[in-house]
Amino acid sequence: MFANFDFDVIRRSLGYLFFDGMTFTLTLTALSALGGLVFGTAIALMRLSGLKLLGRIAGIYVDFMRTLPLVLVIFWFYFLVPYIGQWLTGASRPISVGAFASSLITFVMFEAAYFSEIMRAGIQSISRGQPAAAQALGLTYRQTMRYVVLPQAFRNMLPVLLTQTIVLFQDTSLVYVLSIPDFLGAASKVAQRDGRLVEMYLFAALVYFTISCVASFGVRRLQARIAIVR
Amino acid sequence: MNYHWNWHIFLEPNPMGTGTYLDMLLSGLWLTIGTGLAAWIIALVLGSIVGVLRTLPSRAASWIGFAYVEFFRNMPLLVQLFLWFFVLPELLPRTWGLWLKQLPHAPFYTAAIGIGLFMSARVAEQLRAGIGSLPRGQKMAATALGLNTVQTYAYVLLPMAFRIILPPLTSEFINTIKNTAVAITIGLLELTGEARSMQEFSFQVFEAFTAATVMYLLLNLVIVTAMRLIERAVAIPGYISGK
Repeated sequence: MFANFDFDVIRRSLGYLFFDGMTFTLTLTALSALGGLVFGTAIALMRLSGLKLLGRIAGIYVDFMRTLPLVLVIFWFYFLVPYIGQWLTGASRPISVGAFASSLITFVMFEAAYFSEIMRAGIQSISRGQPAAAQALGLTYRQTMRYVVLPQAFRNMLPVLLTQTIVLFQDTSLVYVLSIPDFLGAASKVAQRDGRLVEMYLFAALVYFTISCVASFGVRRLQARIAIVR
Repeated sequence: MNYHWNWHIFLEPNPMGTGTYLDMLLSGLWLTIGTGLAAWIIALVLGSIVGVLRTLPSRAASWIGFAYVEFFRNMPLLVQLFLWFFVLPELLPRTWGLWLKQLPHAPFYTAAIGIGLFMSARVAEQLRAGIGSLPRGQKMAATALGLNTVQTYAYVLLPMAFRIILPPLTSEFINTIKNTAVAITIGLLELTGEARSMQEFSFQVFEAFTAATVMYLLLNLVIVTAMRLIERAVAIPGYISGK
């Protein structure tokens, strides 16, 4: 069954696959994780702020995002972002947003909901004495969060955050629905151009599998190391 | 915003001749539910088997379970669907491949099986955690009573473990429903797919996606409410969630 396999099609397209496709995927993953973490932490702080209205808004946002399929959210933002851009800049027509910017905004907003739940669990896992002690030392709320609570919450949740980032890495493949050439999109383009679906999709699967496996192995190692520290 | 809202669009006939645009979306909703349920049954059955395998004392069994979970967890769902849909028929003997390609409703079967397998790895991990959370004494007591391994699992461990992991299983069920949207890439016209084609036909982007969003929210609400009732009905006395 592998007799009429054309391994050369993979070799020929390696440059395109990795320099264009994989670079897009990895940049999107890294920036989305970073943005998602920042927004997610802000949402978690809103939920834990004790201000009812702020907490409600954050809670509704998180529940809303987590109810919708990512594919639908990708479509939503793809069509919505130009209008939001128009509204923000006061332009006369919807502004055109590039493929990368559109998917980055989508993933940051979507992942923020998931990262916020992780950070919320992390903040809640800090013992009550810590913020109390910080307050006794005269630290303000900002300082307490910045120097006492968040660093510990982040550290405790690092393995979970990284696992979520691996999930995010796999999920970025869904930008395929917008015909954006991320790694899978690039593989699919070559596959359809050369009529080599079998080779290209198997290769793409192998690459995703290897990266995710190595990354989750790394997370497990990290988890074991962090566990000793505490 | 210079977007022309037209909420009456749902009552206008769709170009497929299958009724209104609303009918189109509703047929997508039914397909989402159908695919989701079929995938969930596969995920539950296979996930339970693999989850049990991972907790067995046999090293070979737990290794098989580990390999299975890692295989299905480390590839994007989209890639897995492509493997089942585009690659598998080519790798099979010619006649089988042809039969697969000509199968009516191929996207539905591929999506149900592909998403089912993908989710089964997650169910297996949940069940393993559930069995792992039981006190050692349960298994020992079962052994002391003279139950064999099959009986221990069937009468002692699984009835407990499944009820403990019911809340995370609810999330996984909702994830299964949400993941059916990925099948849009292999041509399954589920809810997101129908909203997308409604947008292409009518150019009413936001109405179409709003309707799909509301339907997903309602579906979610129904599932969460139903699962709460089930959770309450089967809660284990003596646990925090119990009566």
